[in-house]
Amino acid sequence: MSNHSCIEIANEWGIVSARQAGRELSKEIGFGSVDQARITTAISELARNIYLYTEIGKIDLEEISDNHKNGKVRGIKVVASDKGPGIENLRDVMVDGFTTSGGLGAGLPGVKRLMDEFDIESIPGEGTTITTIKWLR
Amino acid sequence: MDTYETLQQSYKEILFSFLQKKNEQSLYDAQQFSKKVLEEKVSPEEIVSIHLEVIQELYPDIPPETQESFEFLLEVMIGYGMAYREHQILRNRQKELENEIDVAANMQHTLLPSEIPDVEELDIGVITVPASKMSGDYYHVIKDANGLIGVAIADIIGKGIPAALCMSMIKYAMDSMPNSILQPGELLESLNRTIEQNIASHMFVTMMYGSYDPKSHIFYYGGAGHEPGFYYSEQQDRFEELYAKGLALGISKEAKYREFSREMSEGDFVVLLSDGVTECRTEERFIEREEITALIRKYKHLSTQKIVDNVYRDLERWQEFQLRDDFTLIIVRRKFKENK
Repeated sequence: MSNHSCIEIANEWGIVSARQAGRELSKEIGFGSVDQARITTAISELARNIYLYTEIGKIDLEEISDNHKNGKVRGIKVVASDKGPGIENLRDVMVDGFTTSGGLGAGLPGVKRLMDEFDIESIPGEGTTITTIKWLR
Repeated sequence: MDTYETLQQSYKEILFSFLQKKNEQSLYDAQQFSKKVLEEKVSPEEIVSIHLEVIQELYPDIPPETQESFEFLLEVMIGYGMAYREHQILRNRQKELENEIDVAANMQHTLLPSEIPDVEELDIGVITVPASKMSGDYYHVIKDANGLIGVAIADIIGKGIPAALCMSMIKYAMDSMPNSILQPGELLESLNRTIEQNIASHMFVTMMYGSYDPKSHIFYYGGAGHEPGFYYSEQQDRFEELYAKGLALGISKEAKYREFSREMSEGDFVVLLSDGVTECRTEERFIEREEITALIRKYKHLSTQKIVDNVYRDLERWQEFQLRDDFTLIIVRRKFKENK
């Protein structure tokens, strides 16, 4: 895919740039205003986690497509990766209510619900990669 | 038309009619509409989006700033939408937990005797009601091979699930007690050793145990830190405290339990209760023990089961149907000869 961008997240400016790039790409793909806002919020939360909990990380945005039974479907893939401390217990951070005490903002379960697909890989001491997709319905 | 389009259409009609007529009917329709969208689990940002689309359709000439302000509002509402969805999920999880507790509460109920043994000489009435779903009160009524009738009432310190888990241990410990030790002192000592070994150090159990010998009509009893009961003497028409000093179960391995006895005349009865009965309170004060004996006296012409049921019903009403602690009340009466 040609439509691909990568934003480094080292400070709050990075968060705003990632939001901006995400909103533009989702608009281009054809998402409506509600979904644009949701995708942007998801990107924003992922970027904010990188900014708050790790030294450096990046957000990769990409237009993707897949063959569904009703034909070709377009979507946006967001990959947030960092070389931070990693997450010890993934089950804990994926439980609703956990974030309210941990201060992760909307939290990963919130991000998961804003998008259609969600995957997380984390190695303590090495870093975390979160891949999430929203399809254009 | 999918749900979204249907909702959008009816929102448009309601909003249009409101803007035209500015009447209460449209506002009522709007209220009904909000119930509908909640049912459909439509989140707040979608409502903003519907509103914007409808406004653009009805009034294409509105200033761009107004339109964009709705886009801004939509962005702000995303957070509410996330909180709303989390709330739904937590609500479902709460339902699941409640179901799980219901199953546990049913299981717990099977630990209590399914029926009171039919005893020729005695009339036994029991009521037990948990404050919430799981109870920390336990009772037990058995008739042993020698014809002795054993009655136990126990209160596990604390309420809810920890107390309920502990209750099963008491039940099994009592069931595995050999028949030869239905005498209160010995039984409490044996039970104390089992409980002391198996219970967390911050927990303990209070118990009153009595055993009635139908041949001699003597009621032997012993207590382990339990709320005193009452003894009613028919001849003197008088209630006395039924108190048995003793350390609560599970505190010290070496605890010894004294045994007391009373000869029961016809019509005499023993009242055993948990502190949920004596700690009943109305809005402004606790209920006095005298008020409980007065209630029992009021119904004492009835069968013991009717007495305990009526006393519970009255106390429940006094405290406006809010039980603060698990409630158990047992009455054991020696029957009169003529109505044997």
